[in-house]
Formats: sequence, C-alpha cells, structure tokens
Amino acid sequence: MRGREDEWTGLMRSAMAGDDAAYHRLLKAITPVLRAAARRGLARAGQPPDQAEDIVQEILLAVHLKRHTWDSEAAFAPWLFAIGRNKLIDALRRRGKRVFVNIDDFAETLPGEVPQETASAGEVAAQLGTLPQRQRDVLQSIAVEAASIKDTAAKFSMSEGAVRVALHRGLAALTAKLRDH
Amino acid sequence: MDTDQLIRSLAADNAHRAPRVGAVLTMALLVAAPFSILFFATFLGVRADVMSAMHNPFFDMKFAVTLSLAIPAIIVSLHLSRPEALLRGWAWLLLLPVGLLAVAIGSEAMMAPAMPMTMRLMGKNSRMCLVAIPAMSLPLLAGALFGLRHGAPSSPALAGALAGLVSAGLAATLYASHCTDDSPLFVATWYTLATAVVTAIGALVGSKVLRF
Repeated sequence: MRGREDEWTGLMRSAMAGDDAAYHRLLKAITPVLRAAARRGLARAGQPPDQAEDIVQEILLAVHLKRHTWDSEAAFAPWLFAIGRNKLIDALRRRGKRVFVNIDDFAETLPGEVPQETASAGEVAAQLGTLPQRQRDVLQSIAVEAASIKDTAAKFSMSEGAVRVALHRGLAALTAKLRDH
Repeated sequence: MDTDQLIRSLAADNAHRAPRVGAVLTMALLVAAPFSILFFATFLGVRADVMSAMHNPFFDMKFAVTLSLAIPAIIVSLHLSRPEALLRGWAWLLLLPVGLLAVAIGSEAMMAPAMPMTMRLMGKNSRMCLVAIPAMSLPLLAGALFGLRHGAPSSPALAGALAGLVSAGLAATLYASHCTDDSPLFVATWYTLATAVVTAIGALVGSKVLRF
C-alpha cells in the first residue's frame, strides 16, 4: 500500500513537471482503486454498482482540473481520496440518498481487489453531446479516435494552440455540466 | 466515452497549467477592492479628526482587530482550498481578533472611564456600522468567492464562511477609519454583528458556488 502510494506521488510530481506519459500512467493506476471504492460506497448506500463508472469519471475530471491544489511536497493519496470522497458524496446526494460515506472507503482498498469496468459510464457521454461543436469535435478526436493534438489540429484546420484551448475548455465545461445537472 | 478514452483526453491536456489559488484570490480581491473603496469614498470618508484620533490607542486597536481577522482568514481560506485540508490546527488563527478584543476591553476597563459603559457600547454609529460593513463587504465577498472557486474545498459552506470573514475583515478596516466610536466594547458588539451577517451570507452562497 505504502509503496503504491509513494509511486503515485512520484508519478504526479513528474506529471506536474510536464511528463504527459507519467500522468497517463498515474491516471490508469488510480482508476481501479477509485472504481473499487466507488462500488463499495454505492453498495453501502444500497445503490446498484453500475453507476460506479460515472463516479470514477467525475473523480478523474476533478483530479485533472484541481491538480493545482495538490501540494507537491505532500503525499498524493490523501489528496486523491479526499476528492474521491467528495465526489462520491455528491453523487449519492444527487440520487437522493442519505449519505454515509465511510472515511475509509477510499483509503482501505486492498491491493488484490481490482474490478474491471463493467457497466459503461453514461453521464459524460450524454453531456458531451451538449458541448459546443468545436469542443466536442476536439474531444472526440483525442479521446475516442486517439488522435494526437497535432493530428487533430490538421484534421480540423486549427492551430495546435486552438486545439489545446478547445480541449481544456471542453473538459472544464463537461465537469461543470456533470456537477450542476 | 469509456474511462480509458477520458484518461487519454486528460493526459493530452496535461500541458495546461492553472495558477495557484492564492494568486487568483489576490487578483480577485484587488479587482473587487475599488468597488468597496468607492462606496467608502462616496458615502463615508475618513473621519474629520483622524490626526488626533491616531494618538488614541483604541483607534489604532480597531485596525489591529480588523486586520487580525482579515489576514488569518485569508490564510485559513487558502489552506481549506485543498480538498484534504482540515480546519483542525488552524482554527486558533481565527481567534486572534477575539483575543485582541479581550485585551483591549480589559485595558479600557482599567482606565478611568470617559463615558459610562452603556454609552461606549451603544456608541453613535451602531446602525451605520451594521449597514456599512456588510455593504462594503459585498464586492469583496464576491471577489473572495470567485477566487476560492479556483480551489477544491471539501466543505464549501465552511470555505464560504471564511470568504465572508475575509471580506468583513477588510470592509471593517475601511469602516474603522470612518467611525468615531473607538471603544473596544463598541467594536466587540457591532463589528462582530456585522461580521456575523456577512459570514452567514458567505456560508450560504459558498455552499452553492464553491462545490467543484
């Protein structure tokens, strides 16, 4: 556990220093842990686990957009789990559930417990359709078609800077829509 | 969009760098301050006898009290803009103005009173104090909330209350230069009441707008 969390902290430090591959690796590494915790939280609230993936995606978006609030001198896991708890509570409240989130839902995940994505997430996909055309195109291209920023720029005859702006705005708008809908 | 695809788009956006919450909060307060100062200059202004008032330690004490509210409130609000942060260990900073006031009230009580206690407490400007401090707080409160929206507070209502303390502390600093009531008893009563109003508004609005 401690080793895993130290590894996360190291990856996040590299990511913040501009290492995109380390960031990708970190997000992949935390996802199964978040998924297990979200399932446990849903089960505790008497909710079907098929909403877990929506919660995981909301947590990942929040991690991304709020990563400047992480203190690079501090461990990464407590920061991550605080965001996870926050998003889990929000999700349960939206579903009108009395909220009892165990403080350890996130922290106590066992290493062997790594559920795979089962039900696909619907909320991000649904909100994607409400974004402005340009942001949607750029997000589709980079996320779904796995195109690089450069290729996406060429495809839509945009500058790379404009692609970056549209990508970031699209992610921020998605997060706002998920939070407020 | 499945989660792997989402992660791919997040990693592609890694180059985007957001400013620190402290920088955004500072900018937002600097943008908001002229509105409060304009209100102050239009409706209040510095009291006429300010030169002689500066020789009165209880006049100076008002600024010590209001700034010892505003500055620690800024520090604590920035601390709480991190999701894992707890108020525990930091709350004592918010007791500084309370301690200062207690000392001031104690030292005033030991002096030969110029006025009876009830007159010092009620003062001449209590109603103005209750209107002016919240009014001058509002632009600053909007600024503080805007700045803290850039953070990720786990308790939006608490963070909003701190935004209220920040703005009330700054507005009260302006107001203190206008008000001719210098007794710590007056400050402890009416400034506190005005601050409580602003803090409650901050908590209420914060619980809505500081969710991330």
